[in-house]
Amino acid sequence: MRPLLPGCAVLACTLPLLGQPLLCTATEPTGEVTAFGELLKLLSERRHGHVAFTEVQQLSILDQPLHSSGELVYDAPDRLEKRTLAPRREDLLLENGMLTVERDHHRRSVALRDFPQAAPFVESLRATLAGDRAALEHYFTVHFSGNLDRWSLELIPADATLRRSVQRVLIAGERDRIGTVEIHQSDGDSSTLTVGPELPP
Amino acid sequence: MRRAGVAGTLIWALCAILAAVIVLHARYTADLSAFLPRHASATQRLLVEQLREGPAAHLIIAAISGGDAATRAEVSQLMASRLRADPSFAAIDNGDEAQLRRDREFLFDHRYLLSPRVTPQHFSASGLHEAIAEALDVLSSPAGPLVKPLFLRDPTLETLAIIESLDASHAPHIAAGVWSSPDDSRALILAHTRASGADIDGQQAACEALKGGFAAALATLPPPRRAALTLSMTGPPVFAVAARATIKGQVWRLSSLSGACIAVLLLFVYRSLPVLALTLVPVASGALAGVAAVALGFPAVHGLTLGFGVTLIGESVDYAIYLFIQRASDPRAALWPTIRLGVLTSICGFAALLPSAFTGLAQLGLYSIAGLTAAALVTRFVLPAWLPRMPPVRDLTAAGSSLERFMAHLRPARGVLLVLALLAATLLYLHRNVLWSRELATLSPIPRTDMQLDERLRVEAGAPDVRYVVVAAAADRESALAAADALSARLTPLIDAGVIGGFESATRFLPPLATQEARRASLPPTAVLRSRLQEALAGLPLTPARLEPFVHDIESARTAPLLGPADLATTSLGRAVDALLVRSPSGWSALLPVAAHGSGDLSSAAVEQVRSAVAGAAVPADLLDLKAEADRLYAGYLRDAVRLALGGLIAIVLLLSIALRSPARMARVVAPLLLSVLIVAAVLVALGHALTILHVVGMLLIVAVGSNYALFFDRTATHPHTDSVPLVLASLLTANLATVIAFGVLACSSVPVLADLGATVAPGTFLALLFAAWLAQPPPAAAAPLSPT
Repeated sequence: MRPLLPGCAVLACTLPLLGQPLLCTATEPTGEVTAFGELLKLLSERRHGHVAFTEVQQLSILDQPLHSSGELVYDAPDRLEKRTLAPRREDLLLENGMLTVERDHHRRSVALRDFPQAAPFVESLRATLAGDRAALEHYFTVHFSGNLDRWSLELIPADATLRRSVQRVLIAGERDRIGTVEIHQSDGDSSTLTVGPELPP
Repeated sequence: MRRAGVAGTLIWALCAILAAVIVLHARYTADLSAFLPRHASATQRLLVEQLREGPAAHLIIAAISGGDAATRAEVSQLMASRLRADPSFAAIDNGDEAQLRRDREFLFDHRYLLSPRVTPQHFSASGLHEAIAEALDVLSSPAGPLVKPLFLRDPTLETLAIIESLDASHAPHIAAGVWSSPDDSRALILAHTRASGADIDGQQAACEALKGGFAAALATLPPPRRAALTLSMTGPPVFAVAARATIKGQVWRLSSLSGACIAVLLLFVYRSLPVLALTLVPVASGALAGVAAVALGFPAVHGLTLGFGVTLIGESVDYAIYLFIQRASDPRAALWPTIRLGVLTSICGFAALLPSAFTGLAQLGLYSIAGLTAAALVTRFVLPAWLPRMPPVRDLTAAGSSLERFMAHLRPARGVLLVLALLAATLLYLHRNVLWSRELATLSPIPRTDMQLDERLRVEAGAPDVRYVVVAAAADRESALAAADALSARLTPLIDAGVIGGFESATRFLPPLATQEARRASLPPTAVLRSRLQEALAGLPLTPARLEPFVHDIESARTAPLLGPADLATTSLGRAVDALLVRSPSGWSALLPVAAHGSGDLSSAAVEQVRSAVAGAAVPADLLDLKAEADRLYAGYLRDAVRLALGGLIAIVLLLSIALRSPARMARVVAPLLLSVLIVAAVLVALGHALTILHVVGMLLIVAVGSNYALFFDRTATHPHTDSVPLVLASLLTANLATVIAFGVLACSSVPVLADLGATVAPGTFLALLFAAWLAQPPPAAAAPLSPT
């Protein structure tokens, strides 16, 4: 006896990983190269974080924005958990390249590299938190602006297929604290995640 | 005498022609069937049916390795498009976007017939509110962009519910647009052959077509890109083809090799080509008779039987050897009684195999009985008539005398044998817990490395072996689906409770018509739906006008025809349904493979819970543990073989006690046989072999063949004046060497069943001869030639 139906999960996530190895360009002006480097170093020194968040999504198919809130837990360098508590409990975990979603006791796991279209939504934040320049530049073209005390990163998906769904990700912060994550989708929809106060461990 | 000789020759010629005709018209197989039971329980029949004819029996996994991902993907796509046009294949899946799109479209188009959540309550105002609120959560999650394009037509996310109910734990990874191994080193193709599992020619054609497709795809690439690429294939069709080729090749090579070695030995002994030619007459007659008998007694002659038949060369040649070397003045009086008793004991041994459930053994038994009888009859009635015209063979008296002296020196040291017996028995006792091999796989002719490749590719391709299956039997397809539906309802809570990891069912893609009808009837008419939406969307961030596409889709779903098997034909989901809903001789069976969490096995408590859930479904169904079932099958074979071997031993001892009529003589005949069996078993175990069925059968053969030697020693002891002891010794040694050569060659086979048998019988018969000589009563006259030296 052998099965049966290989690859049902692929149904859920089947945009093929197109494209050749991605060329990454460092486009930031010379003066800011050092600041960007310092920022990444600063971020990478932070080993743990546990904060509240609120998120607002503007979707063209809906008449009003969607609000949600919860907690973010980060453990350097590659574990990021997004616990949405309201309006409904949902756990999203990115750990060692595996993306796991748990909702109503149902768990789904998928390797991020098999599901690159999720990268702008999760890897953008994880790689920034980790100060992981290689990962950032693997998925995005990175523009740094501002200074260490008040900076922002514009991440543009390097892959053309991905750019068809996500136009850019804007991450803004102060020193090693991230303030907001804005995701602008190509169809005009957007989401803004605002990081709230630090929570006790 | 001469008239009788002419008559004998004529009858022999007629029988030979008749047997040749039967042999030429017989059906030959080399598939798994030799390993399958002849009389099976219902579950075993299902297991066997699945092994032979189940969809798994049609699945070839092909892996393209080497080169870069893009090149492999290109070759995969080229092969797939070429093979899809090949009538050898029912389907070719390689994970390409087009196939996945068809599957997705099917699930989306028929979501209101397929989703188990579709009930009247689900489409009430409160049901809709809850479902849409939940869908909005998904929209705001990272999966949002995936469901966003569907949302306005499917705001309750039935498509997602269906996809989420599928077991996704073993989805193949995709690289460069095609299925690939997780480490990106291989592109994977699943080919479903059209030929039945038993049609090895058809499977071979499919394997060739895959290789041809690969070669054709390579030919389109420039040489530097194609150089590094290789194709490997695995799966039951590949194994069946390889097993047949191995068995065919081995049978031919082994028979030629042992035939040639025995011919050289006999030429050396006889120094006469004509006598050598005459010696081969009973051998050839025996082989012919053996195959003819099996062809008449079984639906098909298995290749393995012919492989076992190699051994017959080693045994049936003995009778002619005794005849030619001993050259008694009246062979009928001098030799025949002993040969007759020898043949009868051998037949007793082989007859014990006839009732075996293991087809391979039963065929071996019949083959050997017919073959030995024919060989003995030809030696007795045909050869003597030809003998006076033959030139004399070399006189072996001198060589035999030295043997006799050597044995005379050994004889006082009989105590050694007792020590050996005790040592062997102790060793076996110490290893009593690891004595027997418990896996059916030990009988398989497929090399271990191929098995490992198979396991690896299966995991990578998301087609792992299934261990637990709930099986429901029904009279027709529709009732089988209904049973599967009832079982699904009982099994689903076990997933939520964490008892099982998941299960598969044909009803996911093809629900029973009644269920489909009920779901369709749950869909509200347009006006009702619109008013319910008005209520349902209160407090949600969208207005009913947005969901007009949903209202439209529900209206079409209300009037759409129900799903039948034909609707699945263009999807890979159809293959899943074919795999899970199978026609059996007694009707239809629905199969629901159950998976544990992760890749482990179910705990016994979990198995019990599944069993009680199955019982609670009130349909005729059962949980089948395929591994346990296969092991039970093998344990049954082993028990069977041990029982039959003991039966054979008892029959032989009874026969000897009747023929010899003396406990002392019996002891002298039986002791060397038991001693050889004991020592061979101990040596095999000491060398780290777990004993298999074929070792047991080999032990029976040691007794059957060795008894002939012991009987000759018994005869020289009781007829000191009619026999030349040196010539008897020389003929026995020659006969034994022929046997050792035949089984020794078999021991070198790469087919485990043949090798096990050879490795047991070759040393065993030699020991039987040695011990028989060692324990033989010295003939009273034997002292005389010794005294001058």
